[in-house]
Amino acid sequence: MSSRFEIRLGGSGGQGIILMGIILAEAIGIYDHKFVAQTQSYGPEARGGSSKSEVIVSDVEIDYPKAMKPDLLLVMNQKSCDDFYTDLKPEGILIVDSTLVTQVPNPRAFQVPFTRIAREKFKREMVANIVALGALSQLTPIVSSKAIEAAVLARVPKGTEKMNRDALKAGMAAAKRAKREWLKIEIPPEIPKEDLLDSY
Amino acid sequence: MLLQGNEAVAEGALRAGCRFFGGYPITPATEISEVLSVRLPQVGGTFIQMEDEIASLGAVIGASLAGVKSMTATSGPGFSLMQENLGLAIIAEVPCVIVNVMRGGPSTGLPTFPAQGDVMQARWGTHGDHPIIVLSASTVRECYDMTIYAFNLSEKFRTPVILLIDEVVGHMREKMVVDDEEPIEIFNRVKPTMPPEWYIPYEDTPSGVSPMANFGEGYRYHVTGLTHDVRGFPTSRPDEIGPFISRLHRKISSHFAEIQVAEFFRTDDAEITIIAYGCVARSAKRAMIEAREKGLKVGLLKLNTLWPFMRIAVEKVLQTSKILIVPEMNMGQISREVKRVNRGVARVITLNKVDGTIITPMEILDRIQEAVS
Repeated sequence: MSSRFEIRLGGSGGQGIILMGIILAEAIGIYDHKFVAQTQSYGPEARGGSSKSEVIVSDVEIDYPKAMKPDLLLVMNQKSCDDFYTDLKPEGILIVDSTLVTQVPNPRAFQVPFTRIAREKFKREMVANIVALGALSQLTPIVSSKAIEAAVLARVPKGTEKMNRDALKAGMAAAKRAKREWLKIEIPPEIPKEDLLDSY
Repeated sequence: MLLQGNEAVAEGALRAGCRFFGGYPITPATEISEVLSVRLPQVGGTFIQMEDEIASLGAVIGASLAGVKSMTATSGPGFSLMQENLGLAIIAEVPCVIVNVMRGGPSTGLPTFPAQGDVMQARWGTHGDHPIIVLSASTVRECYDMTIYAFNLSEKFRTPVILLIDEVVGHMREKMVVDDEEPIEIFNRVKPTMPPEWYIPYEDTPSGVSPMANFGEGYRYHVTGLTHDVRGFPTSRPDEIGPFISRLHRKISSHFAEIQVAEFFRTDDAEITIIAYGCVARSAKRAMIEAREKGLKVGLLKLNTLWPFMRIAVEKVLQTSKILIVPEMNMGQISREVKRVNRGVARVITLNKVDGTIITPMEILDRIQEAVS
């Protein structure tokens, strides 16, 4: 059980939440050689409904394929943040798209404006999910930067490789800034913050 | 390769030799047609999107009669429409595979949410007293293997075979290596060896299965949905009707052992056995592991064959178990069969969930703890 790591990605239909899950599972499963199971849950709408994708990572074969208590929650809108935050493990990592999640339930959440970066830097909100994947790879050790890059490039349509690689890099850079901000946050001093980071 | 359950079904079908797909897209089974629409033409096969599910199974029956291994894939609403032609495939003894990726019902129900509500429909959906083979799968690898197995059984027994999976398994992605060199058993229908004028298409044989001639190869015979004699023509003679219907049943029931696929996990000393299938079998496995960690003697019987019901497997776990737990995403369809086999020997506890979400390991574990306290 200890080797099981549960990731939940949430947002609204059209943000590419399920594609994110697939790329993440491919990066961890194929390029980082672990057991993965990716599942999804979405409404009948093409856009706008609630969308959720989960990736379970393990060193052994996976039985139950859904997240019970996520170790990592990445949310791309306020609704999924509100809905899923209480499921997160107490010591779990929360990453939010600060463009769309304005009320963050926990000051220790990593806040990165994925959608704003996508809109301003790339003129396409569509790549917000790739920006988010870049950030995710920096904020947790669950996936290596190399693996995530290989998986993104293997999945995206021909001709968009450069934009997607840049989006990934932009996400990674934004995550580094977010991490610096994160270290400035006042939290009870019993546990040194650097130790907290290492424990991830 | 990271493969979806539905994609694995498509790959398994190709590996089994399927070269015809007639279907109509429906969530959550669409990916099967999507993959086959690309892959079938590459291997010299045919893909047709029909106008509806009635026509889909009609096309599949026609293609199979012409000698091509054929399949279709659908979900609840489409499966309902297929019931009429399913009966035709049974009575005319046409091999074919029908995949039903179960979603919430009745009617259009919950297109994107999982359920296991079609277990009895798969058994009794088409009218008349008929035998049927229904298989299930709970992992991506099993989707591949069970599709191949479904084709083998359908060819061997000249019968439609239904593969029942659910939205969770159909849409789940796991790592899987598709190795075309890997040796697997492929069964092809037995063809007549006698000259065409001696061919009796529905003649009884020791196994109950008659050799099947491809349409267009000189063996002329009549195919009908009416109860027919050995030459395929409608009959109203009781001495022909009785033996014919008996043979349809005998060809499945006398090969019961060959059709049984189940997995036993730690059932040797189990005092409590969970009986599950499809995606719920995965939750059950996690619940079993956690119960064992708590010192409870729990085992798991995973059913991969749903029909004919695996009586012998259940009888086997009844040798040690005093409690059987049957979690299902319906109001109790397989649990009825378990109770029938059980005949009061053990306590049969049901766990039914019909809210469009998968039964969690916690819910099964709670039921186990309730049972032992």
